[in-house]
Amino acid sequence: MIEVKNLTKYFGVKKVVDDISFKVNKGEILGFLGPNGAGKSTTMRMITGFFAPSAGTAVIGGSDILEDSISARKKIGYLPENAPVYPDMTVWGYLDFCAQIRGFSGTNRKKRVEETIEKCFLSEVKFQTVNTLSKGFKQRVCFAQSIIHDPEYLILDEPTDGLDPNQKHEVRLMIQRMSMEKAIILSTHILEEMDAVCTRAIIIANGQLVIDDTPSNLRKKSAVHGAVTLSLHNHDPEGFVSCIQEQDWVSSVKILEKNGNDFKARIFPENNDEPVADKVISAMFANNYEVKSISVEQGRLDEVFRTITGTGHPLSAK
Amino acid sequence: MKTKETANNIMAIFKRELSGYFDSPVAYVFIVIFLLLLGFFTFYISRFFEMGQADLRTFFEWHPWIFLFLVPAVAMKLWAEERRMGTMELILTFPVTVTEVIVGKFLAAWIFIGIALFFTFPMVITVSYLGEPDIGPILCAYIGSFLSAGAFLSVGIMTSSLTRSQVISFIVSVVICLFFILAGYPPVTNVLSGWAPIWLLNLISEMGFLSHLISIERGVLDLRDLLYYFSVIAFMLVVNGIIIQNRRAL
Repeated sequence: MIEVKNLTKYFGVKKVVDDISFKVNKGEILGFLGPNGAGKSTTMRMITGFFAPSAGTAVIGGSDILEDSISARKKIGYLPENAPVYPDMTVWGYLDFCAQIRGFSGTNRKKRVEETIEKCFLSEVKFQTVNTLSKGFKQRVCFAQSIIHDPEYLILDEPTDGLDPNQKHEVRLMIQRMSMEKAIILSTHILEEMDAVCTRAIIIANGQLVIDDTPSNLRKKSAVHGAVTLSLHNHDPEGFVSCIQEQDWVSSVKILEKNGNDFKARIFPENNDEPVADKVISAMFANNYEVKSISVEQGRLDEVFRTITGTGHPLSAK
Repeated sequence: MKTKETANNIMAIFKRELSGYFDSPVAYVFIVIFLLLLGFFTFYISRFFEMGQADLRTFFEWHPWIFLFLVPAVAMKLWAEERRMGTMELILTFPVTVTEVIVGKFLAAWIFIGIALFFTFPMVITVSYLGEPDIGPILCAYIGSFLSAGAFLSVGIMTSSLTRSQVISFIVSVVICLFFILAGYPPVTNVLSGWAPIWLLNLISEMGFLSHLISIERGVLDLRDLLYYFSVIAFMLVVNGIIIQNRRAL
């Protein structure tokens, strides 16, 4: 288990990380979200022992990162932001170096390196020097470095940054496959990514932890969660609005776009945890509306994110 | 167990740094320039052949001056580059201590300079062919030269940890090394001797590389001279460690 206890960091007089505490158990993938400059990387750097915290500490599998730093660091695999790798080394040479640092020797080390190269799809470039590699390969080389010793705890700072959609997918699969026996913290600012891989999400804004919840609960905070979006053909929008507004389960109706007699509308229910699709359908049926498409909104993470971190206004408010 | 781990970690860092020199053109450029400069100074400026003496004094007296510029060039990347490329974040989050990293880096650079020094062996062959030199002082001079390179190097690795710019590291390091050279150089001590109190004069000239180097090159391996070099190295490496630890706490 990773236990982060009251981590605080000042840069000069500026408080960059403000009293952050949370726990991550094995089997969990914790998504670390926040706008740029919110303190995500700084927090990760303190957990991995690169920065000394101004206050608080992190305990990794029972080892305090301040008091028992070396044994705590042994348990961690870390992928820093921008995936730094020595440019003059070959992929093989670099991973061999990392394996040696991690205490592997002899044939065991060779085997480790080969296996990791295999796992991270680096076989075709293994004797190339790192500075000849594309961003995606570099990212994977650094990722390989973080898992070479099969650590119990993985800390990944923007692991899919700079990868193309296929590579992103591969890396996410890899992370998910490993998640059973590891505790993983990954930071990202791609919301779909958090949604796709994380079992829990933490949002940091201005150095403070503002949300610690599951992605699906996060969605429920969205203004559009539970709303029904419809496209209708050949009807008068105003008539539609007044007709729907009469229903007692409807809170409000909004016309999203109009194109002649075709229009798109969103119906917000009174209680957004209650499924209202069937009610919408029967209401449409009763009033002879011709429905082209209908969908129930799950909630938009980007909107929740913006509302919470307060850097903009929600896309579609009620 | 602990010492084995330490040895392994130092070895890993050492190997990476040393092969790092040879993986890039730095090593070859350094060795070639080092040998060319030494040859030029020894033969054209000091007129080695015209001296008609079968010893290498004219050869060794140039070493500190050439090291003054070349050793900081070897050392400047040791930390500055890690900092600039962000690999410092990885190396300092690996399960290794700062001391292990510093010692590994320092030894790699020192051995590298040792390799360059080794390639001056044709000089020894030349004097042995031309006459019958005293091998003892030559060996001592090599040891002295290697030690002074180590002392310069420890200054260079320390300044390298101060900045992400290799250029700044280089310049600061040359200035500090120049002070160490000049401190023991007779023209400077003569200037000082007119007015400075004798203890200050002694202190400054004891700080100098040259007085220690000259006595080693005479063929006298005095423990005090060895101690001097090793304490300069140890001091600089400790300062280096403090700088890195402080950066971490920021």
